[in-house]
Amino acid sequence: MRLVKKLLPWFFLLFAATLTAQPAPAAPDAPTIAQLQQHIADAKGSADNAWMLMCSALVLLMTGPGLALFYGGLVRKKNVLGTMMQSFAMMALITVVWAIIGYSLCFGSGNGFIGGVEHAFLHAVGAAPDADYATTIPQQTFMIYQLMFAIITPALICGAFAERMKFSAMLLFMTLWSLIVYAPMAHMVWGKGGFLNASLGGRFPTLDFAGGTVVHITSGLSALICALYLGRRVGFPKEAMPPHSVVLSFIGACLLWVGWFGFNAGSALNAGSLATSAFIATHFAAATAAIGWAGAEWIRNGKPSVLGAISGSVAGLVAITPAAGFVRPMSALLIGLIAGVFCYVMVAVVKAHLGYDDSLDAFGVHGAGGTIGALLTGVFASSLVNPVFKDARGHVLPVGMIEGNFRQLGNQAIGVLIAIVLAVVGTSLILMVVNFTIGLRVSTEEEAQGLDLTQHGEEGYYWEASMP
Amino acid sequence: MTKLEAVIQPARFEAVKDALIEIGVEGMTVIEVRGHGRQKGHTEFYRGREYIVDLLPKVKIEAVIPDAMVDKAVTTITEAARTGKIGDGKIFLSRIDDAVRIRNDERGENAL
Repeated sequence: MRLVKKLLPWFFLLFAATLTAQPAPAAPDAPTIAQLQQHIADAKGSADNAWMLMCSALVLLMTGPGLALFYGGLVRKKNVLGTMMQSFAMMALITVVWAIIGYSLCFGSGNGFIGGVEHAFLHAVGAAPDADYATTIPQQTFMIYQLMFAIITPALICGAFAERMKFSAMLLFMTLWSLIVYAPMAHMVWGKGGFLNASLGGRFPTLDFAGGTVVHITSGLSALICALYLGRRVGFPKEAMPPHSVVLSFIGACLLWVGWFGFNAGSALNAGSLATSAFIATHFAAATAAIGWAGAEWIRNGKPSVLGAISGSVAGLVAITPAAGFVRPMSALLIGLIAGVFCYVMVAVVKAHLGYDDSLDAFGVHGAGGTIGALLTGVFASSLVNPVFKDARGHVLPVGMIEGNFRQLGNQAIGVLIAIVLAVVGTSLILMVVNFTIGLRVSTEEEAQGLDLTQHGEEGYYWEASMP
Repeated sequence: MTKLEAVIQPARFEAVKDALIEIGVEGMTVIEVRGHGRQKGHTEFYRGREYIVDLLPKVKIEAVIPDAMVDKAVTTITEAARTGKIGDGKIFLSRIDDAVRIRNDERGENAL
């Protein structure tokens, strides 16, 4: 310490000397400014790219292990592996479909309804950004991020036909579904020239920040059609079919919640303040939806269940998905609460009343939650969060109904309607094709034995009394 | 010789086991089972669907004991297993003709 005190004045002297010794700063010449601007752009690009790669990984985490565990826990013991494999298979299969043609059909130029083939086999998808989608990240990053959406969307449908669909039929169905239902919907809402694209001049601008229509309504409605077309599981609804492990489902739902930050906040496509806003909206809606669902149960059955709380949080995450980048935190709280109660009623009351076997409630959560979320986006969207509409002179226009733009609710309804029609028609056609070629359902005996043994030759919980 | 089969609440198992060992019961076989008597079951809700769970988890203790010990063993089990509520379980007694110790061919009560 004493040494430092002794030397301190000398340091000051030295510092002063260097200051005076420096030549007077010359005016920076033009190339230097250009270089600096380039450095700033590079730094921002690197930051955005780091965030988007992280988000891509988070969205993949939603499918495996998130959704695989969530769904795996809800089925009976004999189907746990078969159900997890359905999610996992999407991670492999859709990746290949995406690389060959899927990305191009979603994000190529094309027309208002489907993308072109200019990016088939990822042709011309490189390090340069595609300025129409994201100006600061490589198009390759945008491509891999969007792939993770294309993976989880069909995986969500698996909840409707759980415990009774042939694995081969599922693979064929999902390949066709990814091209016939997902690609057109993604292109219409997010693609260049898309019919519903809000930021790139669509005919009916539908606000869908992270996939309420593209992901949740398409998968949810397709799930309902699958449940109706395949029919009920043998023994439903007489036989008890409770979840074999709510513990697995719990872990899965918590991973979904975390992964959803990548899904929604990442949909800002950069690491700026809009990502923060979407992150907060996402979290808030999940929280109030868990309260809404579990609370409704508490009132109706006398007890708030764990499965109810986690199902509620997923319903809230679904509902906030289209709204995440457009609404303020207090609106997000409200959207979540409405979605939690609404989805509970759809699952516990409406489903029981109508009697279809949407085994893991893919329609009740994703179809219903996605629809209510897409409509509420038109109500609560705020130009303070995201000034998405501007007039010719650049003035910010009102966005949602709360700001006086009543037309937006109509546009949202058109987006919802198109998603529903596309999902219902597309899925029905694909189901017929698969049923008449290789058949959809496992045999009654195979269903009784379970998918694990009959489709994969394994057991999730291998157990013998004599094992040491 | 008498075979004693006691179906009890899983929560009381440790107490019953310790009490039986204390009075000199040499061996027992324990099985985790499900069942119900007059207790019936309870209701569970999964996403609004109601499931009536009528087979509840129980523990079944089997022990073969010398006849002289039967009364004492029964009292011991009832005292250790009783909570006073419905669903405490039952004890069944039956006669055993013979027993064989596999290690050395001992027969009858010597084999216990």
